Amino acid sequence: MTRKQRRSAMIFTGLGVLAVAVSLVLWGLSGNIMFFYSPSDLVEKQVQPGQRFRLGGLVEEGSLVRGQSTKITFKVTDNAKTVAVSFEGVLPDLFREGQGVVAEGKLNTTGVFVADSVLAKHDENYMPPEVASSLKKKGVWKDKDTKAVKGMGS
Amino acid sequence: MIVETGHFALILAAIVAMVQFAVPLWGSYKSDPILMRVAIPAAQAQLILLLISFLALMWAYVTSDFSVKNVFANSHSAKPLFFKISGVWANHEGSMLLWVMILSFYGAMVAMFGRNLPPTLKTHVLSIQALVSLSFLLFLIFTSNPFERIVNPPMDGRGLNPLLQDFALAIHPPFLYLGYVGFSVAFSFAVAALIEGRVDAAWARWVRPWTLLAWVNLTIGIALGSWWAYYELGWGGWWFWDPVENASFMPWLAGTALLHSALVVEKRGALKLWTILLSILTFSLSLMGAFLVRSGVLSSVHAFAVDPERGIFILGILAFFTGGALALFAWRAPDLKQGGIFAPISREGALVFNNLILVIACGTVLIGTLWPLVTEAFGYKISVGAPYFELTFAPLMIPLLLAIPFGPLLAWKRGDLRGAAQRLYAAAGIAVLVVIVTFSVTSGESMVAPLLIGVGIYIVVGAVSEILWRAKAFRTDWSEVGRRLRNMPRASYGSMFGHIGVGIFVIGSVATSVWNTEKIVAMTPGSTQTVAGYEVRFDGVEERKGPNFSEKLANFNVTKNGKQIATLHPAKRTYITRSAMPMTETGIYNAWNGDLYLAIGDKLQQGAYTVRFYFNPFIRLIWLGCLIMALGGLVSLSDRRLRIGAPKLAKKSPVAVPAE
Repeated sequence: MTRKQRRSAMIFTGLGVLAVAVSLVLWGLSGNIMFFYSPSDLVEKQVQPGQRFRLGGLVEEGSLVRGQSTKITFKVTDNAKTVAVSFEGVLPDLFREGQGVVAEGKLNTTGVFVADSVLAKHDENYMPPEVASSLKKKGVWKDKDTKAVKGMGS
Repeated sequence: MIVETGHFALILAAIVAMVQFAVPLWGSYKSDPILMRVAIPAAQAQLILLLISFLALMWAYVTSDFSVKNVFANSHSAKPLFFKISGVWANHEGSMLLWVMILSFYGAMVAMFGRNLPPTLKTHVLSIQALVSLSFLLFLIFTSNPFERIVNPPMDGRGLNPLLQDFALAIHPPFLYLGYVGFSVAFSFAVAALIEGRVDAAWARWVRPWTLLAWVNLTIGIALGSWWAYYELGWGGWWFWDPVENASFMPWLAGTALLHSALVVEKRGALKLWTILLSILTFSLSLMGAFLVRSGVLSSVHAFAVDPERGIFILGILAFFTGGALALFAWRAPDLKQGGIFAPISREGALVFNNLILVIACGTVLIGTLWPLVTEAFGYKISVGAPYFELTFAPLMIPLLLAIPFGPLLAWKRGDLRGAAQRLYAAAGIAVLVVIVTFSVTSGESMVAPLLIGVGIYIVVGAVSEILWRAKAFRTDWSEVGRRLRNMPRASYGSMFGHIGVGIFVIGSVATSVWNTEKIVAMTPGSTQTVAGYEVRFDGVEERKGPNFSEKLANFNVTKNGKQIATLHPAKRTYITRSAMPMTETGIYNAWNGDLYLAIGDKLQQGAYTVRFYFNPFIRLIWLGCLIMALGGLVSLSDRRLRIGAPKLAKKSPVAVPAE
């Protein structure tokens, strides 16, 4: 191989791998991202049943109902709108009424959000940033939450 | 008093770091060897001061001095001693102190063990290292002082987040930081080389052991974190492609690439600029990891309380060092002599391929991790989950995995692809056999998984057969083979173990991802469930008290084919200091072919409980693979050629040559 051929072999391999990677990334980002909606967004953006997304907000006080076997229902609110959620499985340890929650799943035809996972968090003082900012937008963010976070560290 | 000493030592360390940065650099500018040598005692003094500071904080934790705000917020007098100690770094301030202490530790190690380094290079490295240290010391002193006092000390502390009161997670941060921070040495070497405008084989040989050391620790740190998430969180999984996980994985990928590219600089004098750039990028990714984890800009399941304001400071540090180093690179790179271009089919060609794939794969992880920030700027919030990463990262890795066994079999300069392939016949044959057996045993559930397991086997056998081939096994008598195996450089064994680890990891991760079973059911006491051939009987729940917690302990009896095998006790714990935060303890039975994994959930009607069952086939191979990779790094590190560091200039022979 001449010097020139060597160089072009290298460049073509590099560009080839890069092209594959770029197409994988574009493909991946077009089909595998998940939107994050608050209960109000669901009405505003008219989210259709069957589309997967993440729902975030506060668990409404007194809404948690344990049904037959492992079935659980609760309501997620941003104090403007409320969505009913059904979930089958084990709730994370830090799931609590009146606290922030993020659930993943889709709406069914009756407007109930069927969650296949309810996301956990590791710290009672942690609020997912999406939930925090959507609550701030709705003006229901309590400033004491931020204070509790500060100085706690880690 | 001890606490104030710690605080004072911290401030003093910042001043020493300032001296260590400025004086030697001035000395090198003025060509004054005495000023240049200041770097060495300064680096040692910095480490001693930070050790004092760190021990002072530890003292406050061990003696439960709740007049210190940090101790109050993260400790409790009833906590076991081990977790009082690990509590030191289980919070933002303390972990930053550990971070700078490790930074100064690496600086002092370079000062002490870098005897063979040319004085100017050593001066510059220590000076840059001090600048990195200084930035984090200022961060610590001005925004995150761990020694802050409370005027009216409370009686007892708030206790440590119960999830962190765990052995693996207690030792996870020190390993992780030894990794992250260790890459600062490669960064300092890169910047020093740019300042001096010289990169040669010796430079690469000096950088490699430090990079290797950091890489070994990062590998162990990530594996510990993954293992912890597996047995502690009760989700049955070992990797979630969460931003916090990716934050540690990206420097690992870049660091792995760096390890391999430094080899090319060392052996062939090529890829110099690339290696410099990679050193800068690897440490930048470590800093970015620190930023992502601590600022909380991304939603993470692993996020603990975070603080955006402190995040900005780290972002500033990141921008300063990455931006500064890249600007220096752009300015100086044209002056550096480039190595020649080489044949694509050669050892160095294979290493370039390794770098190409690792860096591009790292790029896809980076894009996926940061994408939510990009879309948020356009007003809509999204999250990028595991499917994206499985779709992009995994396919990119496959050509690399297939190429791994070829690399060491190709000669430098000009490799013989067909010859290498012939030497891999045995590996390929065994792999095909395993694919067929796996396919038939799993009754053809999945096409891809047996093939990928075959790839793992092929990597493992390929790595072993490379060593055997070099020892001339089966081609000469065995005493000669033994002699050759004994005389083989440790670095060869290092790369063998490293690659075997990759193969074992691949087998474990594929098997457990494809063939795991999950079952969530409500169980009343006395009822039985069958999972993966195990009959599991629920024997009810009892209350129990631990040193600083109370728990509901469930009893399960596991039998297989009527034979009693084990009793498992998953539990729900409530710690007295954090009653609002119950947590799950899993019950795991570890069989040769996988883990039976139980976690209990909420109490339902009539004494029933929700129970999660998992059977995770061969999941232990994942962490075993990581450990073997780390072992490979250690073996490589013990290679004599790296230990003595540099090719010393031959000393003038003390025996006088007789005059003619």
